Amino acid sequence: MPHFTKPAEGSWTEHYPELGTEPVSYADSTSPEFYERERAAIFGRTWLNVGRVEQLARAGSYFTKELDAAGTSVVVVRGMDGEVRAFHNICRHRGNKLVWTDFPSEETSGACRQFTCKYHGWRYSLEGELNFVQQEQEFFDLDKADYPLASVQCEIWEGFIFVNVDASNATPLREYLGELGKGLEGYPFHEMTQVHKYRAEIGANWKLFIDAFTEFYHAPVLHAKQSVSAESAKVQEHGYEALAYGIDGPHGMVSSWGGMSPPKDLNMVKPIERVLRSGLFGPWDAPDIGLDELPPGLNPSSHKAWGLDSFLFFPNFMLLIWKPNWVLTYHYWPTSYNTHIFEGACYFVPPETARERLAQELAVVTFKEYALQDGNTLEATQTMLESRTPVETFPLNDQEILLRHLHHTARSYVATFEAQTHPTPASA
Amino acid sequence: MTTTSARLPADFADLEPYAGFALASERERYAKRIDSSMAELQAFYDAAMPRLEAAIAYLDRFSLDALADDAKHLLWLYCALVTVSFPVEVWRQPRVPDSGAASFDAVFEPAI
Repeated sequence: MPHFTKPAEGSWTEHYPELGTEPVSYADSTSPEFYERERAAIFGRTWLNVGRVEQLARAGSYFTKELDAAGTSVVVVRGMDGEVRAFHNICRHRGNKLVWTDFPSEETSGACRQFTCKYHGWRYSLEGELNFVQQEQEFFDLDKADYPLASVQCEIWEGFIFVNVDASNATPLREYLGELGKGLEGYPFHEMTQVHKYRAEIGANWKLFIDAFTEFYHAPVLHAKQSVSAESAKVQEHGYEALAYGIDGPHGMVSSWGGMSPPKDLNMVKPIERVLRSGLFGPWDAPDIGLDELPPGLNPSSHKAWGLDSFLFFPNFMLLIWKPNWVLTYHYWPTSYNTHIFEGACYFVPPETARERLAQELAVVTFKEYALQDGNTLEATQTMLESRTPVETFPLNDQEILLRHLHHTARSYVATFEAQTHPTPASA
Repeated sequence: MTTTSARLPADFADLEPYAGFALASERERYAKRIDSSMAELQAFYDAAMPRLEAAIAYLDRFSLDALADDAKHLLWLYCALVTVSFPVEVWRQPRVPDSGAASFDAVFEPAI
């Protein structure tokens, strides 16, 4: 008997019949050739979240983002007019990377009045116009107006900055984010400006880590040693069931209970959690964020045990909104078919007291320890998926619907794109 | 800013032997944990944990963005207690179980 109501079809998965229920192949996660097709069909054509507006506090604030999977590096900057723009990070003269510090492959940020290329000193305004050419008279009929920085589509949703490197893209960001995005509008993300960011290089396909974070079926088992033993035995016996799942286009969400913030029984948690009143689910004493009621997209089943909702905005942006008024984001940036950079960021309302600061520290460090276990387990998964075992397909249960949907979406993006660009589709 | 010569408020002079844990960043605190033996982590925890409420009461007398250096060191020390609490309270080893050589590094954190 399920603890929480499932759709009339009997399962969440069968509620979305295009997903099927059969075992799934992970050939899409072990092939250099398929990864190249994903780069063209997915990362080269979809809206990618690269940061938040708070990173660009004033005119001239900028940051760079390495988009290896989309085949470029972008510089995102707030112009003198206050607008946020994105450009390919390349000088129009001879192709040097325009903005970098010390190491060309590392991301950087700062504030400036204009961009100056390190190579020959060409200068560009914050709006991308070429303003100065060293020894301009040596060139042949050079009109600076013909050499602005190459712009990248850039739009903002609820303070999250997205870029789309497909110059022919005709889908506005809000339309792309669909019903799941719309349902979150009005949430006060801008109140959560206390940010802790983490980064890891992971030896696994980007989709495999998303898989790990879009199901909580693993949590009672893999993370058993994170809890005190009575609690661990209890959660393993019950297993995991979500309150609800939602899918709209390429995006998905899971709504979960969150009985640990605060826990029903204080003996279930570690001694320091009892004193600091915080843990994996965040500080137990939620700060005021001026929200009388949740946006309609949160806690869609209106369950009183609600603890968090986790959204995957395809392809690689996860947004977790927790009941005690804090937010976690995950990004997965592929660097090859079996490696990616994982970024995790915790966003809190700025603490006013040391007690609040320590409660946030405990939530952040707990998140880090869980992520370390998850990351290491993935490398074990990738290695075996690539091995020459006779095992080819894998059964996914109803609590793993979002994985099924992710792999289904990635395969169909590739197939659709290739059908559009080649009259005879390449064989799968 | 030096992070190795921390000196704590006089009320917490008993924790001075553990002032080496008063490090400004999570990255340094985590590295200190990994480089310590369980006996060292346990000794720090046993000394600092009973003083946690007293430390919070002391620190909450000040504005977080205007802490004197000694108070700042005390807050760093208690951030380190948070880092150290996991091995001492649950795992009995400095690294989280099943994490192998995985790393997950802080690249941005709010300064204290």
